Amino acid sequence: MRLKYVLSEVMVGLWRNVTMTIAMIITMAVSLTMLGASGLIYVKVAEMKELYFENIEVSIFLETEVTEEQKTAIQAELDADPLIESVTYVNKEEAYEVFEEMFRDSPDLLSAIDPEVLPESYRLKLVNPQEYEAIGEQYAEIEGVDQVVDKSSVLDKIFKLFAAGQNIALVAAIAMAVAALLLVANTIQVAAYSKRREVAVMKLVGASNWFIQAPFVLEAVVAGLIGSLLGLGALAGLKVFLFDDALSALQGLFAPVSWGEVLLAFPLMAAVGGLISAITAWVTLRFYLRV
Amino acid sequence: MIQLEQVTKTYPKASRPSLDNVSVAIEKGEFVFFIGPSGSGKSTIIKMLLHEVAPSKGRIIVNGKDVTSMRSWKRPAFRRSIGCVFQDFRLLPNRTAYENVAFALEVIGKTKAVARRVVPEVLELVGLGGKEHRYPQELSGGEQQRVAVARAFVNRPLILLADEPTGNLDPDTSIEIMRLLDRINRTGTTVVMVTHDSNIVNQMRRRVIEIESGRIVRDQARGVYG
Repeated sequence: MRLKYVLSEVMVGLWRNVTMTIAMIITMAVSLTMLGASGLIYVKVAEMKELYFENIEVSIFLETEVTEEQKTAIQAELDADPLIESVTYVNKEEAYEVFEEMFRDSPDLLSAIDPEVLPESYRLKLVNPQEYEAIGEQYAEIEGVDQVVDKSSVLDKIFKLFAAGQNIALVAAIAMAVAALLLVANTIQVAAYSKRREVAVMKLVGASNWFIQAPFVLEAVVAGLIGSLLGLGALAGLKVFLFDDALSALQGLFAPVSWGEVLLAFPLMAAVGGLISAITAWVTLRFYLRV
Repeated sequence: MIQLEQVTKTYPKASRPSLDNVSVAIEKGEFVFFIGPSGSGKSTIIKMLLHEVAPSKGRIIVNGKDVTSMRSWKRPAFRRSIGCVFQDFRLLPNRTAYENVAFALEVIGKTKAVARRVVPEVLELVGLGGKEHRYPQELSGGEQQRVAVARAFVNRPLILLADEPTGNLDPDTSIEIMRLLDRINRTGTTVVMVTHDSNIVNQMRRRVIEIESGRIVRDQARGVYG
């Protein structure tokens, strides 16, 4: 009976102030979408970092006037190095093929380059890819080596971009959460005001505090949960239209977002949405009803 | 049943205390009037007995419980043993007489079945048999106050507090409400009533405690308004 009473009060409460309820739900939904998106980016970046840094390759480019003796010495040293799993030698012709492949859309550039000016190089696969920096330092100073290049600096730039995206989403999530919080507080105040007579009687005849507060708190929580459901819908939309469609050209660069990951963001969103609403409502009531 | 021990209440920013070193003992089953001019501190006593305001000094014991040191989370359970009636009735306008009384039961966890059994009984007792399904605005002032009394009494409280219950009623209706309170008192319920209706006090001939400027100036067993 009491549960039924509380639930019907919640429904009546949400409906009585329906414009405010909708505002509350939309704000909550946007905030939670941002939160979910930032969570997804976080998970993706961690995954991609692992993927990229696991496969990082180091290339040692040789000076163009490198001598055969120097090459043999370098080759010998590389072969003996326990940190290096395998070594591939890339001669000028092979380097030019790679170059051709990379710039096949710019025939002018291609025709301007003579295969002879391209440096020979060694491509190294490391036993432990995390140690690329040590390798870089070790081989940069050897005679005949022009420079040691790894992809870490490029990767760092990409990940900085992701981190910036994540931060923007988080800031937007927090700003919207503040707006949502104020709306919840306001809605609860209006609800408590419109039920002030009932509340006064309930306090007078000794209704327990939770019984007086529960309908209001649940009203906010239900709005928060509906908001998180809408947020889930928005995330699903982002996946379908942004990641699967618009950004599908970058499929090789991005790790694809799976439905499982989108659904996994939901408990986070629902918990945050529900909790923020409940706490705000409860605190508001403590000030407003003095129960 | 009710004991005030050297109770002083000073509201913040007030120049003098509302209640100044007041000691009163009220036995179980008594009918007591607190009388005195406006602002004498009568209503403060009711508020203290309801654990709505705390005394600045002294001790209040209601029904064997020290209200002074009671934690606020125990207040709801405490209130269930006290019925309360006010000058302005405090009924819910969108509920019928029956629903107003049943509401008081349901919000403290009684089932609808209990309400269906008890509410018609108590409405009959207050003389509203047949008017259960009227809304407050369809009832006269006296009838509305009867609903309020029914709501206060439906839990069979040990104490009934009445804060100027006849303040909004004409003399004849007031007498009827007093008869009702008297009947409730005869069931063993302690009744504490705050009033400045001299007519009623004189007719009832019950214990009268007169307060002036926060002090008890008279405490008479079968008193008149004076």
